[in-house]
Amino acid sequence: MTVTEEPTEGLSPEGNPMGFGKMLRKEDARLVRGMGQFCDDVVLPGMLHLAILRSPVAHATIVNIDKSAAEAHPKVVAVVTGADLAEHGLAWMPTLSNDVQAVLATDKVRFQYQEVAFVVAEDKYSARDALELIDVEYDILPAVMDVRTAMDAETEVIRTDLDGKTDNHCFDWEAGDAAETDAAFARADVVVSQEIIYPRVHPAPMETCGCVADMERVSGKLTLWSTTQAPHAHRTVYALVAGIPEHKIRVIAPDIGGGFGNKVPIYPGYVCSIVASLLIGKPVKWMEDRTENLVSTGFARDYVMKGDIAATSDGKILAVRGDVLADHGAFNGVAAPVKYPAGFFGVFTGSYDLEAAYSSMKAVYTNKAPGGVAYACSFRITEAVYFVERLVDCLAYELDMDPAELRIKNFIQPEQFPYETKTGWTYDSGNYEPTMRKALDMAGYDDLRAEQAEKRANGELMGIGVTFFTEAVGAGPRKDMDILGLGMADGCELRVHPTGKAVVRLSVKTQGQGHETTFAQIIAEEIGIPPEDIDVVHGDTDNTPFGLGTYGSRSTPVSGAAAALVARKVKDKAQIIASGMLEVSVADLEWTKGAFNVKGDPSKSVTIQDIAMKAHGAGDLPEGLEGGLEAQICYNPENLTYPFGAYICVVDIDPGTAEVKVRRFIAVDDCGTQINPMIIEGQVHGGLADGIGMALMEMISFDEDGNCLGGSLMDYLIPTALETPDWETGSTVTPSPHHPIGAKGIGESATVGSPAAVVNAVVDALKPFGIRHADMPLTPSRVWEAMQGNHTPPI
Amino acid sequence: MEVSVNVNGVDQTHDIEGRLLLVHFLRDVVGLTGTHWGCDTSNCGTCVVWMDEEPVKSCTVLAAMAGGHRVRTVEDLEQDNVLDPVQQGFIQEHGLQCGFCTPGMLMTSRALLDRNPNPSEEEIREAISGQICRCTGYSMIVRSVQWAANHESAVTIGSAS
Repeated sequence: MTVTEEPTEGLSPEGNPMGFGKMLRKEDARLVRGMGQFCDDVVLPGMLHLAILRSPVAHATIVNIDKSAAEAHPKVVAVVTGADLAEHGLAWMPTLSNDVQAVLATDKVRFQYQEVAFVVAEDKYSARDALELIDVEYDILPAVMDVRTAMDAETEVIRTDLDGKTDNHCFDWEAGDAAETDAAFARADVVVSQEIIYPRVHPAPMETCGCVADMERVSGKLTLWSTTQAPHAHRTVYALVAGIPEHKIRVIAPDIGGGFGNKVPIYPGYVCSIVASLLIGKPVKWMEDRTENLVSTGFARDYVMKGDIAATSDGKILAVRGDVLADHGAFNGVAAPVKYPAGFFGVFTGSYDLEAAYSSMKAVYTNKAPGGVAYACSFRITEAVYFVERLVDCLAYELDMDPAELRIKNFIQPEQFPYETKTGWTYDSGNYEPTMRKALDMAGYDDLRAEQAEKRANGELMGIGVTFFTEAVGAGPRKDMDILGLGMADGCELRVHPTGKAVVRLSVKTQGQGHETTFAQIIAEEIGIPPEDIDVVHGDTDNTPFGLGTYGSRSTPVSGAAAALVARKVKDKAQIIASGMLEVSVADLEWTKGAFNVKGDPSKSVTIQDIAMKAHGAGDLPEGLEGGLEAQICYNPENLTYPFGAYICVVDIDPGTAEVKVRRFIAVDDCGTQINPMIIEGQVHGGLADGIGMALMEMISFDEDGNCLGGSLMDYLIPTALETPDWETGSTVTPSPHHPIGAKGIGESATVGSPAAVVNAVVDALKPFGIRHADMPLTPSRVWEAMQGNHTPPI
Repeated sequence: MEVSVNVNGVDQTHDIEGRLLLVHFLRDVVGLTGTHWGCDTSNCGTCVVWMDEEPVKSCTVLAAMAGGHRVRTVEDLEQDNVLDPVQQGFIQEHGLQCGFCTPGMLMTSRALLDRNPNPSEEEIREAISGQICRCTGYSMIVRSVQWAANHESAVTIGSAS
């Protein structure tokens, strides 16, 4: 006899078989066998392959496209240009920020690798071959690559497609009270100003973007397997763009090989594939290659931030002021709630109790790829946290204060929660000092400082970086937050089958976060059915309730709340059925996880499984009650949730080569109630590696002609196991008061908090050189330049 | 051209284009989609399979070059319905999240343990340093391989029964 060896620790959470705790993941069984189904694994009968011709230049007028040679290729089925799409009104599509973006360029190309034409062929090699046969004549225009000069009078206008556009202005934004902030600065003993650059980086998930579009001619139904983090939102947009009735569109997000925000936008490739399948009547697959992913899809950051911080001489921070230049690329493709064009950058006041704060922002178009909100940034909170945490360190430098003590001195105090910030946010809960103290203890902070003093005396370069972050995640309350008019709520449906097993259907979609496990645990905790008896269905718009998807760490805060509440709704009904079964009133029942019993008499008890069978079985139910045991809800969050954490990074720098080695990284996170600590730790680890990547290695840079210099993984450097340390993690638990289970988001905390910790550590190591700031990525050459006294902004 | 590759113990003889990459041969011709494609430049390692007993990046090996050789993929790790210890280790220690890099990581880990049954943390990190994982930050992959090293004999017994 053979048996399948499954996890030796079992699937049920340790010590709490029906609920929260460490539980091995349900999804792993298929993934370790190579039996996941990713988008490129989808193969349909008669399927054709689509490849996209992209612009080799950043800015040019299209003079002529000759596709005749490509069309003559024996294995080519169709070659389509922007002009062809324009005939059907499909050459342009809306972005998630109410801008428009070219599906295929018609008039001009506006960034390198912009989509110009597509080929559909019998196999993928032939499709790529045929791209070489398309002859495009370009009239090159000056490329606008420098965000600082993009608004100068003589600069070439990029968005000539917009009526009356005479400059490269995208939008202006401000938050806080400028006059109050100026007054606070006037009262300050110390004012520190610093330009802080967050360079353009890229999420670069291991799986690139792609889809399989299958337009079934008889029923008129489109099925789209797609690398999407937001299947429902995408379905609605396709209905609006392509004019296909929404009930005739089914979006399936199969297993997704990492998202990090890269798979939130709708890319032209998806639309081209839909059009191709519509046109040809056969399924069409499109998968981008790595260069296409890095150069053309949703980037992140690209903020030039001028910051000022005002304080008293003994280190009480009074105010923070910011002035930001934001590079949005050729089209404003940011996926953020529409009322928040700067994302949630407004939380730049961080974890500190300030008297005033103000920031303005000018966003501009450049000849770079569109995007902007990606790479686990929590809608620009990464930029905000990096901004304030660098400024606080600059202040510590000027005051010659310990950076940990300076932060503790200025923390919002536990009794101030819910805390109204000076830029209009309401932090739900927090207790910052114990979290910071725990991180300092884990690090052995005083010993590290003593070691550093000793090393400095010997000429060795050791740095200790301290940060404390507060995030705002779980968008969001529908009164404030929508994307393209779609409220940011999430639905959830729970059905308990007659035998007491269950299926829960989610509107969100995992890209590795483990929803198939954690959502079963939420239902288990609420209703007492073991998580292994609960199937989690997600990523299929025909089979799940509507909701806005997984990004911005919103799955647990929004969809997790929906799951808890739908389970409570089912439990309420179960209680009524139990009262009939036990012949007592509802009020005389008490709940012990998994069963109702008569108060004071545990022997008179019915399990949830008994109740499920009764709900579906023969015999009367209490009067007025329908049969079945299921419910559906749509959860509208009352507020965002505000996770926080303290991060400490220890680096050593080789004085001869300027190479930075991360020796230790200590992370203490507080995401409220923990559903599965193993998964939380995994989320944190991944984000910490991202932080080291951004701080030390990663940057999408361009030459002055607009050529992207980070177009492969040979040029865009991502941390491996050799650049990353063995993470030291810990946690505190401060539940969210408004979330049904007290949980907050955790998916992006570490990406948000860690870059500042690494940079603060490097700058701290370089203190003997009189260095107060250096910009990312802190590659050996950039650190070496800093050691020579040269400040070299990356852009 | 006709090429014959022994994939997971089965001879696969097919008429292919000379330029066909091994990763596409495995995925599109043989139909084994556990091996993934991620970068084209030998940097990410999602495509790692064994050629004979050596891990190779199948995006930079021509299928024709694999002719006459034995190729082993992630689908071959589980034997007689018993997971390989490295597969079990990745489950136990949360060594995967999205699972896209996992097949390549598993093949490299298996090759490492075959050569070095008790590797140090440094040796594990070195072994997987030609591969990228965007989700885990690597520590849990290291722990997964250590778990496998510590459970090799136990799972072998299970497999024999």
